Amino acid sequence: MTTEILMPALSPTMEEGTLAKWLVKEGDSVKSGDILAEIETDKAVMEFEAVDEGVIGKILVAEGTEGVKVNTPIAVLLEEGENADDVASAASAPAPQTTEDKAAAPKSAPAQAKTPAAPQSDTSPDWPEGTELQKMTVREALNAAMAEEMRRDDTVFIMGEEVAEYQGAYKITQGLLDEFGPKRVIDTPITEHGFAGIGVGASWGGLRPIVEFMTWNFAMQAIDHIINSAAKTLYMSGGQMGSPIVFRGPNGAAARVGAQHSQDYAAWYAQVPGLRVVQPYSAACAKGLLKSAIRDPNPVVFLENEILYGRSFEVPKLDDFTIPFGKAKIWREGSDVTIVSFGIGMTYSLEAAEKLAEDGISAEVVDLRTLRPMDTDTVIRSVMKTNRCVTVEEGWPVASIGNHISAVLMQKAFDYLDAPVINCTGKDVPMPYAANLEKLALTSTTEVIDAVRQVTYR
Amino acid sequence: MPPRKSAAKPNVSAEDLTQYYRDMLLIRRFEEKAGQLYGMGLIGGFCHLYIGQEAVVVGLEAAAEEGDRRITTYRDHGHMLACGMDPKGVMAELTGREGGYSRGKGGSMHMFSTERRFYGGHGIVGANVPLGAGLAFADKYLGNDRVTFTYFGDGAANQGQVYETFNMAALWALPVIFVIENNQYAMGTAQKRSTSSPDIYHRGAAFGIPGEMVDGMDVLAVKAAGEKAVAHCRAGKGPYILEIKTYRYRGHSMSDPAKYRTREEVQKMRDEKDAIEHVRELLLSGGLATEDDLKAIDKEIKDIVNKSAEFAKESPEPALEELWTDIIADVAPQEEATQ
Repeated sequence: MTTEILMPALSPTMEEGTLAKWLVKEGDSVKSGDILAEIETDKAVMEFEAVDEGVIGKILVAEGTEGVKVNTPIAVLLEEGENADDVASAASAPAPQTTEDKAAAPKSAPAQAKTPAAPQSDTSPDWPEGTELQKMTVREALNAAMAEEMRRDDTVFIMGEEVAEYQGAYKITQGLLDEFGPKRVIDTPITEHGFAGIGVGASWGGLRPIVEFMTWNFAMQAIDHIINSAAKTLYMSGGQMGSPIVFRGPNGAAARVGAQHSQDYAAWYAQVPGLRVVQPYSAACAKGLLKSAIRDPNPVVFLENEILYGRSFEVPKLDDFTIPFGKAKIWREGSDVTIVSFGIGMTYSLEAAEKLAEDGISAEVVDLRTLRPMDTDTVIRSVMKTNRCVTVEEGWPVASIGNHISAVLMQKAFDYLDAPVINCTGKDVPMPYAANLEKLALTSTTEVIDAVRQVTYR
Repeated sequence: MPPRKSAAKPNVSAEDLTQYYRDMLLIRRFEEKAGQLYGMGLIGGFCHLYIGQEAVVVGLEAAAEEGDRRITTYRDHGHMLACGMDPKGVMAELTGREGGYSRGKGGSMHMFSTERRFYGGHGIVGANVPLGAGLAFADKYLGNDRVTFTYFGDGAANQGQVYETFNMAALWALPVIFVIENNQYAMGTAQKRSTSSPDIYHRGAAFGIPGEMVDGMDVLAVKAAGEKAVAHCRAGKGPYILEIKTYRYRGHSMSDPAKYRTREEVQKMRDEKDAIEHVRELLLSGGLATEDDLKAIDKEIKDIVNKSAEFAKESPEPALEELWTDIIADVAPQEEATQ
């Protein structure tokens, strides 16, 4: 049987090339691996090897020929004992495979709805009416969530810097070593890149790791594993393997710790498909969402805030209290403006709403709580009622969460907006150390009030 | 390259040796076919062939037991075939088709099989090293005696996270074998131009991890070293390093003209060190197989490879809906929660 040797594609982008030189001649015997020719691509001169054994029956394209299209027959290979005359009857080359026509994009991405129909949103309370409540700090709530989940599931463990014997750099893991022992509460060396990778590998091996970063600033050393290893594997494996892992720690500015320790990563991680991203404000949300995060089959980026750790909130006394992802919480109902925030931004938002109420401006305050999936439906419904929106976050202004909310409102609630959406954000600067400058770099209650006055023209 | 140590009459059964021959030949023929399909435009993007390195994975798989795990970088086709993954599913992934291991969504560099305990297929040099240690961490935590083969190259051996991992693997006595496939070129950079000391297997010394250099063109030497490493790990003694000296005959990827080395250097390796030829000689000279036996194997392998290529061409492209699947796992986070 004769075999046609076709002009090969020798790079991801090659469509044609020059047949620079033949290294075999008609009548030569070749075996797999022998170099047949040199071919010049758009990038380099490449050697082209034989795959099949045989005798070169005929060379169809002379050396020096330019612009030879990929998949053009360039020579004919005969099996031993065959005659070169058979060449004439060799079949012509198959047409090159084209995939473009078949791979037409779906008409519209599911995320892009057209009409501003009022979306449904789940506004049910986080716990049943009449549930007994107790005061708890965010720190205690996070600690309780982990302890409860570790009691419930032996495969849950926590690793990170100073989580065990030191009892947590911010005391979030206090007492866990005593209760669960060193097998499940593991002090790591200061090697974020390495232990984040070990955590992801452990999640593939049948465990449910909680990886604590002393702060999210240090997780920049580990971001490759959070995104490339954890977030993308379910997709890359065609659904075979997921990464049930929680990455958690304090995020954003604390107080006077300078530029390298004061960054808010909410918008960074919220952009990544395959992740769930949570940034709780209250102790109840921290507890309910962290428990959901530990049970979730996907990688969860859990962004806490050092300043909020010591704040107290009411938390329901329930044996097993969880909050689902993708469900915003309306902390305060109002009719004149919607303030959308999350995490520490909620403190400015709620304070501003309180002060605005004294002046007769009724603000509705929406806490996104999870940034991926993001409950934009609740925001849209609220804006359909108030017709105005201000977003509040501590992160930088470019490509912020507020920018995204603004875009969604423009696409889905354009006709309902009576004023442009204003994004209150951190300033577009690295965090300064000086107390006065740091204050200026963050957003503030005053800025939120000013923004609300602008959008309400009052 | 150290001199080959295997005796002319090795202490191995005809059956085993024939199996290694078959397994190595499958990888070589499969890769040659993949190169051909790439040339025809049926495989796109990056495609890193394993030709020349076959003895590494075949030798180590011969030392592995059911339940052991393996993870590697992007030059991964050989590892998948050696651990028993279906050539059809691998080839169909290369062509980006529905019948591929990742249903066409992973490609050459990203395939997985939890069934065969193969955990990828990773595109970031060095990243699979802590991931492999993590798999070993899980086995230790779960209290079984499985080991994880974590493969990486001489290029990856210069990545910082490798040493972070060595430290933790030694500290926690993780059952992980770090397999450094030293094919002597990190893409186009010869080892002597990128690596301060030539012996990478010494690099565990700082962490108390034993290491040894192995002739990677000799499948029996690889198997023997693998067995030693596996015994060390299974006994709970922590990690082990194997630096396996090997050689890649083809370029780094399909678009690499390999001008950083001479044609003579490659030819010399092929002529004098080829791992498949070595086993072929052992089989024939030892009277363990006849020319006809080997011809029959060649034909059988060619058949398997041709069928995998046919399957990879005929399998349809993934449905357009697949764009939106497998992003987030289906099980709702609240499924187990009490209401």
